[in-house]
Amino acid sequence: MIWDALTLQLGYNATLVTIGAALLGIAAGVTGTFLFLGKRALVSDAISHATLPGVGLAFMVMVALGGDGRALPGLLAGSALSAGAGLVCVSWLSRRTRLAEDAAIGAVLSVFFGLGVVVLTVIQSMSAGRQAGLETFLLGATAGMLWNDAVVIATGGALVLLLALLLRRPMTLAAFDPEYAVGTGMNLRRVELAMMGLALAITVVGLKIVGLILIVALLIIPAVAARFWTNRVGGVVLIAGALGGASGYAGAALSATAPNLPTGPIIVLAAFALFLLSLLAAPGRGVLAAVLRHLRFQRRVHLRQGLLALAQGQPIYEPLTLRLMRRAGLVRADGVATEKGRARAAKALLDERRWALLRSDPRQETAAARYDGLTPLDTLLTPDQIVELDRNLGPRTAP
Amino acid sequence: MSGYEFVALSLPPLLIGIFAAVACALPGNFLLLRRQALIGDAISHVVLPGIVLAFLVTGTISAWPMMLGAGAAALVTVVLIEVIRRLGRIEPGAAMGVVFTAMFAGGVLLLEQSDTSDVHLDVQHALYGNLESLIWLDATGWGSLLDPVALAGLPPELGRMALTLLFVALFTAVFWRPLKLTTFDEGFARTLGLPAGALGLALVIVAAIAAVAAFDAVGSIIVIAMFICPPAAARLMTNQLERQIGWSVGFAVLSAVLGYMLAGYGPLWLGFENAVSAAGMIATVSGLILGLAAVFGPCRARAGAPVAD
Repeated sequence: MIWDALTLQLGYNATLVTIGAALLGIAAGVTGTFLFLGKRALVSDAISHATLPGVGLAFMVMVALGGDGRALPGLLAGSALSAGAGLVCVSWLSRRTRLAEDAAIGAVLSVFFGLGVVVLTVIQSMSAGRQAGLETFLLGATAGMLWNDAVVIATGGALVLLLALLLRRPMTLAAFDPEYAVGTGMNLRRVELAMMGLALAITVVGLKIVGLILIVALLIIPAVAARFWTNRVGGVVLIAGALGGASGYAGAALSATAPNLPTGPIIVLAAFALFLLSLLAAPGRGVLAAVLRHLRFQRRVHLRQGLLALAQGQPIYEPLTLRLMRRAGLVRADGVATEKGRARAAKALLDERRWALLRSDPRQETAAARYDGLTPLDTLLTPDQIVELDRNLGPRTAP
Repeated sequence: MSGYEFVALSLPPLLIGIFAAVACALPGNFLLLRRQALIGDAISHVVLPGIVLAFLVTGTISAWPMMLGAGAAALVTVVLIEVIRRLGRIEPGAAMGVVFTAMFAGGVLLLEQSDTSDVHLDVQHALYGNLESLIWLDATGWGSLLDPVALAGLPPELGRMALTLLFVALFTAVFWRPLKLTTFDEGFARTLGLPAGALGLALVIVAAIAAVAAFDAVGSIIVIAMFICPPAAARLMTNQLERQIGWSVGFAVLSAVLGYMLAGYGPLWLGFENAVSAAGMIATVSGLILGLAAVFGPCRARAGAPVAD
């Protein structure tokens, strides 16, 4: 069943939704990366909640004009207008008043959402409204998706993706170094407006599939997850697009396999699973990698200290040090050094004495700054430098 | 409108609305000043999985397990945000966005998977609440306010909300000085030996309690709106914390009263038959107040900056 779903064998509607969700995920991942890098991720939350009054008002206008109130392009246009108004309010509040951006975001999202709920209840009581079913925009609904809707979503997603890729350079610059961006003559406000406009477009396009409460997840989660895997903007954009597309595809496919599996939440949970995977397993920034790095470091410190103790004939009491040295074959079970252990210990002590000499010499300041008690000196200096150093190294004295 | 109708149909929801608004606005002031305004947003989203889990565990819709579940979910969220922020070295906004959307999605999925068709538990209810339905059937008029038998029939949400408000107000009053100190100068507070971290967590927990109790009565829109809009508007009116709290309480009460009245009677004045959502209207009114404060508030500009335009 799941295999059928993933290979698009579950019928026309499921296939339509799956492909649409994958496209949406790719576009949202790419766009969201720039929001995330610019530390503006939650602005998308305000944008998405601000779509609700627009959806309701567009419905009322279309009914008043005698059309079908549920025509998707009209509803999307209305939601884009009110989301744009919300965006303007956020930017005005955080620019022109002393309120911080997070307060502006919270105010706009709650007020616009409240207004939207008021509009929805008005529609419910309108006799012309019939059962409008606009509530489906809260959490998305894919059951009755039509070919036309899919085309609207796919075209919108592709357009946003194209624009995001075209604007990637200015958006990256604005995210990392706004002062420099202004210095190069870039119109920062226009770039930010474009960035927000793209997020707005994603929100509007995603309303049908994911719904307005959860669309923000598709903008944020893939970008945050992708950031774990690489330090390059291009890489983050690519990976975020891939992760977003994968979660859209897998989520939509999974939700088609059984009833009571709502598409939007499943897509979000798929994205969250990918995020968790990235958080744990990514090399470099991942948690697992950090733990391994820490363990390796701990091992090196213990071995080094143990060897120095051996060389100076001091007893070792630390159980972890003893265990590590025994495992490395440096000491026997009773704590007496082996042949190999004595050799390594002598080497470690020599290294330590060379370091001490080096650090007492002001001319060697740069090299001495590399001292961390772990790095062998012969990995830093050339052999003839070592020979030079050893010439000044006096006879071995008991420390 | 007769006294009977008002007391039975409008007084309890109005009072609940006012209590909820003030209980959320009080901690909202400190959250706003600490730049944690969106914590309220995150908490109100994760209340949904909390109550669904509580329902699945107990099998009934009863207030206390649900409030416990929601409170636990709020606490888990705050901890998760912090863990993800530190482990992943992510900026707090993004960490928040990751956590609360995922938990909300989990809540919706749980709700769809569990058999809740025979009980009144759905996403819309969680979002808008149902303020209008909290009526007092036993009331016969203003005299019922003194009648113990009739008073016993008051909606239980009213008592809970009043208790919550009392608790929040007590917390604010008792910890006034430490709260103020840690909010404005955390480093100084630490040198005085104040447990700034614990106090910050306590503030978030109190906010969560207010949010959960208010959510039970009025839905999450009001919660988010009241956490942010009245304190934000008050912030534009004054430079003093004491006065800011006063303004925010005033704005919260005004939003609740005006919003409820407009939702209940506004459409009738305009010739419509049905009332509109009171929760939505209260949020809208609080937004209008914030808008007015942002345009005319005496302290709307950043300190030191000239008033623009």
